[in-house]
Amino acid sequence: MSTPVLLGALLPVVPLVAGLVGLLLPPAPRRTETGEAPARRFAIALGVAGAAASLVLALALLATLDGLADASWTWVDLGGLTVTLGVRLDGTVALVGVAVAAVALAVQVYSTGYLKRGPHDDVDVDHRYPPYAAQVSLFTAAMLLVVVSDDLILLLVGWEVMGLCSYLLIAHDRRLPEAPAAAMKAFLVTRVGDVGFLLGIALLGVSAGSFRIADVLGHEHSTATLTAACLLLLAGVAGKSAQFPLHTWLPDAMAGPTPISALIHAATMVAAGVYVVARLFPLFAQAPVALAVLGVMASVTLLLGAFAATAQDDLKRVLAWSTVSQIGYMTGALAVGAPQAALFHLLTHAAFKALLFLAAGAVIHAVGTTLMSRMGGLRHTMPVTFWCTVVGLGALAGLPPLSGFFSKDGVLYAAEQAALNGAGHTAAWVGWLVWLAGLLGVAVTAWYATRLLLRTFLGESRTPLVEPHDPPAVMRWPVLLLAVPAALLGLAGFAGAFAARLRPVPPATREQPSDLLPPEPLVHLSAAVLLPLALLVLGAGLAWARWRRDRAGDPAATLGPLRPLFARAFRLDDVQHALVVRPATALAAATRTADEVVVDGAVTGSGRAALGLGGGLAALHRATLPRAAAGVLAGALLIGLAAALIGGVA
Amino acid sequence: MILGEFLLVAVLAVPALGAVVVAAIPHDRAARVVGVVVAALTLLATLPLPAGRERGWFAYAPLPPSPEASVAIHPWHQVDAPWVPGLDLRFHLGVDGISWPLVVLTALLTLLCCYYTLWKVPEGSSGRALVALLLVVEVGILGTFLAFDLVLFFVFFEVVLLPMYAVIAGWGGPDRRRAARKFALYTLFGSVLLLVGVFVVVAAAGTADLLALTGSAGMSRGTQLAAFTLLALAFAVKSPLWPLHSWLPDAHTQAPTVGSVILAGVLLKMGTYGLIRIAVGVAPEGARWAAPVLGVLAVAAILVGGLVCLAQTELKRLIAYSSVGHMGFVLLGIATLTATGLQAALIGNVAHGVITGLLFFLAGAVKDRTHTGDLGDLSGLRETAPRLAGLLGFAAVASLGLPGLAGFWGEAFVVVAAVQVGGALWTTLAVLAAVGGALTAAYFLRLLRQVTHGRPSPAVARLTPGLAGAELAAWAPLVLLALAVGLAPTLVLGVAEAPVDALLEVLP
Repeated sequence: MSTPVLLGALLPVVPLVAGLVGLLLPPAPRRTETGEAPARRFAIALGVAGAAASLVLALALLATLDGLADASWTWVDLGGLTVTLGVRLDGTVALVGVAVAAVALAVQVYSTGYLKRGPHDDVDVDHRYPPYAAQVSLFTAAMLLVVVSDDLILLLVGWEVMGLCSYLLIAHDRRLPEAPAAAMKAFLVTRVGDVGFLLGIALLGVSAGSFRIADVLGHEHSTATLTAACLLLLAGVAGKSAQFPLHTWLPDAMAGPTPISALIHAATMVAAGVYVVARLFPLFAQAPVALAVLGVMASVTLLLGAFAATAQDDLKRVLAWSTVSQIGYMTGALAVGAPQAALFHLLTHAAFKALLFLAAGAVIHAVGTTLMSRMGGLRHTMPVTFWCTVVGLGALAGLPPLSGFFSKDGVLYAAEQAALNGAGHTAAWVGWLVWLAGLLGVAVTAWYATRLLLRTFLGESRTPLVEPHDPPAVMRWPVLLLAVPAALLGLAGFAGAFAARLRPVPPATREQPSDLLPPEPLVHLSAAVLLPLALLVLGAGLAWARWRRDRAGDPAATLGPLRPLFARAFRLDDVQHALVVRPATALAAATRTADEVVVDGAVTGSGRAALGLGGGLAALHRATLPRAAAGVLAGALLIGLAAALIGGVA
Repeated sequence: MILGEFLLVAVLAVPALGAVVVAAIPHDRAARVVGVVVAALTLLATLPLPAGRERGWFAYAPLPPSPEASVAIHPWHQVDAPWVPGLDLRFHLGVDGISWPLVVLTALLTLLCCYYTLWKVPEGSSGRALVALLLVVEVGILGTFLAFDLVLFFVFFEVVLLPMYAVIAGWGGPDRRRAARKFALYTLFGSVLLLVGVFVVVAAAGTADLLALTGSAGMSRGTQLAAFTLLALAFAVKSPLWPLHSWLPDAHTQAPTVGSVILAGVLLKMGTYGLIRIAVGVAPEGARWAAPVLGVLAVAAILVGGLVCLAQTELKRLIAYSSVGHMGFVLLGIATLTATGLQAALIGNVAHGVITGLLFFLAGAVKDRTHTGDLGDLSGLRETAPRLAGLLGFAAVASLGLPGLAGFWGEAFVVVAAVQVGGALWTTLAVLAAVGGALTAAYFLRLLRQVTHGRPSPAVARLTPGLAGAELAAWAPLVLLALAVGLAPTLVLGVAEAPVDALLEVLP
């Protein structure tokens, strides 16, 4: 086993072990008189060490990996279909692995401060830290498994375990009444998407005779199979990556602790869908129908998320909808045939979104509310958080030279090429759709990012009683360190080594032409850049101008009658409720009644009928003497007749 | 192989003698301890059964056909003695890769149930009577899995019925008598069909020896169709297959905890095992003919089971109905008649036994503590009893088929197998079964949200967080097995590969 393979195999195993051991710790602290419970200290050590070890492994992998390395072992053989335990490592794997492990480490360290008695807790709440840290470790392990896996079934294991971990962690805060419902929604919506994902995997596996990604990519699938499989996979991707119409779980998932939001939005879950499409991109490249569907999905999601973000009052919900919108950029890039651009945006987004959520966590920790209408004026009292948020929002909006500028430009460039020059693997209209949606998205993003900054940090404080301050060191340092890649990662796009790692390694087989994705630079600085920049200035300027006129008011007032519609995200939750939840519940109730009344009724009915028949016969036999005597005589007569007749015939 | 034959006989003789001894010991606790020892010895006897077989754990090489044995079954060990020479009945036992995992599962669950009874006797009659009955049930179930003679199979199949009736009627919930009566009468109806089916086969083929019968033994197509219909109906009642399932919710809900565990854990498997070994094996043409109907009914069971669970308001009843859905997956796997489908059915069988056994243990623990099973009265379990809530969560998640745990392999690969068969019908069935998987997630998440999350209800608020050592000891093996089979499915499938391939060779 070569060194990269060993490193790649250990990458998910280390946090998995940390997570499983952590789950065995007592969940609630034993009441001790002094200091932290020993279980908590052990859980902290375990969680942080697990994440740190995976970061070291991922960095070592990045350093040692050269080209493509893979290895696999048979896991189980089910009637000729072999499932393998294997890793398939390339530059993308190493880079995404580093991003996942780095965000996980930041979240683990940050959580040790966040899940403590805060300034606004009236009583010392039991935070149940040990299972929390263990579940974060499991979450990280599951995502890393998706990243390194060489087998679709093994990938599915990580994929679903992530769904479970998100469920557990979103429901973690026991003081929030809405948390259990939000957690259930997250798991269930993604699980509904996974119906398609499983069927897609089954189709591909049956067609290729193997679930190994290398075999599946190398096999000549029929067009119908390929299109069907890619469309089915997209259902799972839409669920995990919160794409329309399965995006509804993500904003509700804000009920989870803020570090978990950072984890879900930056490193795991939502990134997984984009990553899997990029990983299987050679298949999608041959299925233009699937790419067109993805393009429509991406454009709708991009704008839906951006507009919904404009009207939220909850700080975390603004960020949540911005994630929906940014993932739309990534899937848009995939749809126009630029997985490199999608992965680049995935990496920069991981950095700036983790930064934004952890900074938002510091604000919420300090102010004790998530509502922006009760914040304001935090710039002077929380300078570190303020400047980090400025960096994060600048990157989100695509302000040069911050990271988001370069990666978003890459996406827009790819869409433009697909629209104008017919590049990519799909029709030009898909390119136009993604490009125009992306451009409009830039302006809207700039608008809501500016609004968030103004409402939270500038102006006068709207809750004068609290005395906010920057968070303690364990929460401050992760935020500060994440600000570095959020600001500078975009410049890495100029580095040839970085771009080369995001480029797909040519597939091993001859059937698969390696020129599917012509090697291209990640950064395209041309005159075309001016268009999104102008839109950015326009969006930010509009929000700023509105705020200048009325510093206490909400710039969202500009939206007028559209504001409630945007705030409720076009009421798609209600649509989902009316079209899926209510019919399913009604059908369930009807089925239960039918099962009890009809199916079981037939059984008990036949029992009762037998009883009644027996009773009737018994009553017939309980006769008075004359009738009984007559009966006996009649019987004797009948038998005699029969004997005479049969005997006579014989 | 002498040791193998000795073990085969011991697996049945130890619990049979043990039941007599337990019933004869007057002191209640001493009798229960003896029962646990007997169950443990039985488990020990089942474990080394694969040791003496000729082939390796994974490899499969066809043996040269011996004159008297069929090609379709290669038992690791067998015991063949005359039983009633006048009727040409033989006491023929054997074990192979299809039956061995179920044999071990039966022995393990019986041991755990006896051990649990050592700690807590449900309200009703005496504890030693319960343990003795559990051992008799074990003899019946093990005999069913080991019998290689059709008539002997039928006899063991019937041995289970009355002691199980007594367990439900003697130690069950408030409505136990009605549930027990329904269980006994309904499954007796299935047994009548089984009896007719067995004699159709024996009369047509002139032998009751499964080794000779497997692969149809020259029965005409018409006989095979009739035989398969009768046998499949009989096993469908036991499995149970929708719409012949309605005895199950009542029986599972009213039975005492250990009764539910045995019922769901292994008793249902007699149906699916019989379907694979007897119905498919003896009447392969009939199986091929009836497969689409079986598949459609299995998918109906998956969907109906899921939907009923979604509207269910009682904890144990919900778990009982979830068994209908899970067994639907197993039956769909059998109906595909492919190697992938049969393997998935076998591992699904074992996984369901482990996970649903655990679920019933936990549901029993919740009901014993709160004295209610009404979901409306249960809430906030994780506040007052975090460990119990965590275990319930684990079992529920395992049951909804989370990859990496035991339940995944059966359900996912049944879907894969149906896709593999292809065609409009089976593709539709695969899609519907996958949707059924999402329904499973929906009702288990609803269950967890109701029971473990939220503010503690009055019934839950008075709980203490601790678990008894006996409870942990009874549950830990199941938790570990759910994890182990999930991570290393070869534990079950490695031994099943060769017999499944051999069985498929005789299918038309």
